[in-house]
Amino acid sequence: MARPLHDPGFVIDGFRLDERVHKGGMAMLWRVSKDGLDAPMLMKVPRIGEGTDPAAIVSFEMEQMILPKLNGTHVPKFFAAGDFAHQPYLVMEAIAGTSLLKRLPELPLPYDEVARLGVKIADALDDLHRQHVVHLDIKPSNIMFRPEGAAVLIDFGLSHHDQLPDLMQEEFRLPFGTAPYMSPEQLRGIRNDPRSDLFALGVLLYFFSTGERPFGESETLRGMRRRLWRDPKPPRELRPDYPPWLQEIVLRCLEVEPARRHPTAAQLAFDLSHPDEVKLTARSEKLKRDPWTTAMRRRFNTDLTAPRKAPVATQIASAPIIAVAVDFGEQGTPINAALFEVTARILATLPQARLACLNVLRSSAIALDSTLDEQGHNKKIDRLVRLKAWAAPLNLDERRLTAHVLEGTDPAAAILEFAAVNRVDHILIGARQESFRRRMLGSVSSKVATEAPCSVTVVRAPREA
Amino acid sequence: MLIALFADIHANRQAFEACLADARDCGARRHVLLGDFVGYGGDPDWVVDRVTGLAEDGATLVLGNHDAAIGGSADGMNLEARVAIEWTRTELGKPARDFLAALPLTQSDDDRLYVHAEASHPERWTYVVGTLEAADSLSATRAHVTFCGHVHKPALYSLSSTAKMTSFTPTTDAPVPLLPGRRWLAVLGAVGQPRDGNPAAAYGLFDTDSGELTFRRVPYDIEAAAKRILEQGLPPLLAERLFVGK
Repeated sequence: MARPLHDPGFVIDGFRLDERVHKGGMAMLWRVSKDGLDAPMLMKVPRIGEGTDPAAIVSFEMEQMILPKLNGTHVPKFFAAGDFAHQPYLVMEAIAGTSLLKRLPELPLPYDEVARLGVKIADALDDLHRQHVVHLDIKPSNIMFRPEGAAVLIDFGLSHHDQLPDLMQEEFRLPFGTAPYMSPEQLRGIRNDPRSDLFALGVLLYFFSTGERPFGESETLRGMRRRLWRDPKPPRELRPDYPPWLQEIVLRCLEVEPARRHPTAAQLAFDLSHPDEVKLTARSEKLKRDPWTTAMRRRFNTDLTAPRKAPVATQIASAPIIAVAVDFGEQGTPINAALFEVTARILATLPQARLACLNVLRSSAIALDSTLDEQGHNKKIDRLVRLKAWAAPLNLDERRLTAHVLEGTDPAAAILEFAAVNRVDHILIGARQESFRRRMLGSVSSKVATEAPCSVTVVRAPREA
Repeated sequence: MLIALFADIHANRQAFEACLADARDCGARRHVLLGDFVGYGGDPDWVVDRVTGLAEDGATLVLGNHDAAIGGSADGMNLEARVAIEWTRTELGKPARDFLAALPLTQSDDDRLYVHAEASHPERWTYVVGTLEAADSLSATRAHVTFCGHVHKPALYSLSSTAKMTSFTPTTDAPVPLLPGRRWLAVLGAVGQPRDGNPAAAYGLFDTDSGELTFRRVPYDIEAAAKRILEQGLPPLLAERLFVGK
């Protein structure tokens, strides 16, 4: 059996234990260093010995499998692992700064700050889900921030990786997670739905914006199960000035039925970054919880729909954010008709996709702030109206459709920036026919197609007979 | 070192050639052949010849139930399988039949066990189709990883230090680290007659350095393999099922 590590100065596989930074029930964290490795590093050592909770071992095994598979700015970089036969440990990047837990004394936070935090965390979740992982333990202590602002998710001991054996699933009949943040489906043993993380993020947003936890802190299974049928107090009941758009988003995250939440973390981030575009439903108006009679009806009819069988990757891919760039210029009409056809066809195959209609208002380099034309009409409003009219025959649910008039001297750059900031998966754009302007200014569509961070479909007007 | 593992080739020359080529391109240095070289397919002669050559070059081989039936009994097999065995007996020369008859039921290598079916009683040809059979198999060995075939559908089982079983349907091309803290049973898919709904030939790659196992799928010329089955007068069902992987 492995010997526990506990002395500063101890060296294992070249890693020197410098300082113990955390001692928890399941594991200890050491700051470590190694010759030839410059990065700040942490070593996680599971607490193993007489009477060790098997869950501690299995969750350490899960993290050992998952962490080396993850990449990118939203997770700590993996350095090394030691196995159970000798000395189990995991060495990973030490993230500078503190976790969100340190903010708890400041709650409630201002609404716009909660939304900004929410966007960053949703961004990190989107990245994680695209790497086939559902975190399943999203809470303040597992979220850190890099100096440049990006959220970093830590602790994958309860996570599910869709392409690896789920050791937790088979080992334990009871759900594992953190009681106040656990989604209803997790309580029922479902571990492969990325929208469980959106529920936990909803709990966090609710808590950070009201100062209260939506489902309390009950640790008993019975207490936790209440969330299957009893809705939380609407945030507006706690803070009368609570913005309806934020309540709409938070209560949507907290829907019992995953299908009623945002389909993806990217779509949630989109809503949090565009408060004016959030489609308000009855949720945003609620001032009181549902009456007891409604809650009791739910209690005795809690058939959640069957869990999704589709892999995580398929679930994410079925709900992309699509941006369509519509041009109302001289050649607009035939291209826009063709663009409409393509957009309609793509949306017909993806009932969970959302569409952002874009139009770029060229601001002159000389008078950047002038959005009013000579006639005194507000051009921006005019363009928004035309965008919405273009999209109206698509008959999309309003929650799936937004319109944005971007401003900039370079239309391609404006579209590219929108795509990057909003995690757009697919850009649809029309290509102009040969024209004087195109010769002089270059092609917007070719620049977008060349430089976009995502797929681009370039649409041409049908050739004339 | 990268080890390529092949199970249930079943005289399917086209599928086996495609898998061998893919394994070579991936950098495999060793071959492990998990039995059922013959039966069902139209090219037993070619396959046994190729397998004999691999054995001479150091490949590890174990016996499958169809190989055993060539010199023994085909009782208990379904009609199509029996027809194919009877035809294969007449098709194979004595050296090939002797080669198959001499194959061992199990082979060990380092901390790995190779066997065609469930390992506690390999001669009973029990299918490992769930955690119960997997637990029987793992209880019969101390090997860290057991590799078997016979089921024609890929699967991966593990036994934790607290004696709990897990089961998993692998994702093609997603390497799984076979953690040292538990013991593993990998059921390879079939090279020559996949039955998991994916008609592409299946085999596995195990990296002894990283401890990672990758389940591979390789498209091959199914038309040619099916044509050989029909040319030999074997039951048409054996050709048809290759197209759907059932």
